[in-house]
Amino acid sequence: MQNLKELYQELIMDHNRNPRNFGTLECPSCQAKGYNPLCGDELSLYLNINKDVIEQVKFKGRGCAISQASASLMTEALIGLSVREAMHLFELIHGLLTSEQFDMQQLSSMKLQVLAGVRAYPARVKCASLAWHTLVAALKHQSDAVQTE
Amino acid sequence: MQATTKTFDVERIRADFPILHQEINGYPLVYLDNAATTQKPIVVIDAIDDFYRRYNSNVHRGIHHLSMEATQAYEDVRAKVARFINAPKMQECIFVRGATEAINLVANSYFAPRLEKGDEIILTHMEHHSNIVPWQMIADKAGAILKIVPISVNGELQMDVYQNLLSSKTRCVACTYASNVLGTINPIARITELAHAVGAKVVIDGAQSTAHLPINVQALGVDFYAFSGHKMYAPTGIGVLWGKEHLLNEMQPYQGGGEMISSVQFDFTEYAPIPHKFEAGTPNISGVMGLGAAIDYMLSLDHLAIIEYEAKLLHYATSQLEMLKGFNIIGTSSEKVPVLSFVHGKIHPHDIGTILDAQGIAIRSGHHCTMPLMAFLDLAATARISLSFYNTFAEIDICMQALEKAKEVFG
Repeated sequence: MQNLKELYQELIMDHNRNPRNFGTLECPSCQAKGYNPLCGDELSLYLNINKDVIEQVKFKGRGCAISQASASLMTEALIGLSVREAMHLFELIHGLLTSEQFDMQQLSSMKLQVLAGVRAYPARVKCASLAWHTLVAALKHQSDAVQTE
Repeated sequence: MQATTKTFDVERIRADFPILHQEINGYPLVYLDNAATTQKPIVVIDAIDDFYRRYNSNVHRGIHHLSMEATQAYEDVRAKVARFINAPKMQECIFVRGATEAINLVANSYFAPRLEKGDEIILTHMEHHSNIVPWQMIADKAGAILKIVPISVNGELQMDVYQNLLSSKTRCVACTYASNVLGTINPIARITELAHAVGAKVVIDGAQSTAHLPINVQALGVDFYAFSGHKMYAPTGIGVLWGKEHLLNEMQPYQGGGEMISSVQFDFTEYAPIPHKFEAGTPNISGVMGLGAAIDYMLSLDHLAIIEYEAKLLHYATSQLEMLKGFNIIGTSSEKVPVLSFVHGKIHPHDIGTILDAQGIAIRSGHHCTMPLMAFLDLAATARISLSFYNTFAEIDICMQALEKAKEVFG
């Protein structure tokens, strides 16, 4: 039950109930769709990038608390980052979600550390990583839907 | 709540299933995912063990003692299967990997060579992917068309629409006996009668029905019946395709190899008669032994008492869930196998699954390999409780308390 409390921390529940940057952008610089065939979660991500700086991020989709909160937290963290920094953040989050040895010091955003609770639930890692994989697809200007399977 | 009926002692039944007696995450296991796979009684585990310890050898090959013993046991199970589903002849029962392979076999060997452009295959909106994709694959090749029977709000087939879809173009009606999501038991005898009236053949997916209903393929009148062992207390990797003898005789083999031939020359091969024509290669012999033991086990129980007990469990779970505010039940047909799908307005089924698992309760959450049904219901996923005769009323109470807990977590 302790693991459950770490998974569903207040910050996660808050972002699930009130997702930040929820919606669409009319003329995004890039966008992508993500899909998790395991559970049917789907997510559309829109970014406006100006002179290599991410200025606006919006997402839309439906899914579990973990996938929604992860997407919401991600949009907050991305604003102001360069494309290169965003890609680096993806790598860090990937490490955070999958490795017990991950060094929390590497994450400048304290908020994103709540996602570490997912590690105790291997079946849920894909829920948390969906938004981040979709981000990579968008940044690479891929228009095809990505899957976390 | 009384957990015992006159002829049914659930605690004695539970003693037959070793896996049930353990803790998960510090709580006693409550296994409510029986539509995904059932647990195995000790007699099934022992039958597999006994085969490998005592008489493991290949079937239909050797003239040595062990091979003869294995062959005899293997064919005895075929006879057992025939009695279990009331098939007229044991050679009509083909051993396959499971319902999926059975449907692929009949789609490819019977229907594919007979399909012409514009022919129609009727499916229903509640089919599992395994009873959709094989038909799409052969329809695409032939230029045939899939027609889909819709369902009503309570999860029953719209039989009037089905009747209108039937025509002289209909070659095949492929339908599940019981839905793995809605629980609905479909009126197979009626469906078959109507299909036969236009000259169509009927293929039934029995994956969800065979553990819960007495199966009588002759009374149903169907042409083919597919089921998996692992959903009826047998091991994974073994299942059965039953087909009418004359249809099986008309069919080309599905796979080529050993055991399915009478004679092989480089310019001509003569196929073995059924069932061996469809059992190329060394089969899953230990799986067959497990299947035989599972059938023996089910027949050793009072089947009517089981049906009555499972119906009571489903009724209890349904009424308890109805009392919990915020949950909606998906599938409310009056005729159901013990499957209970539900959703909550604010809690995603995956979150429900995780919260229940933390308390030792195993349920399924997701689209249940029925994405067209989910689209039809406008849902991404559901949570699903699926019951077996080894479940108890107390376990349902535990599950309901855990669902209350999920509501607390999600405030």
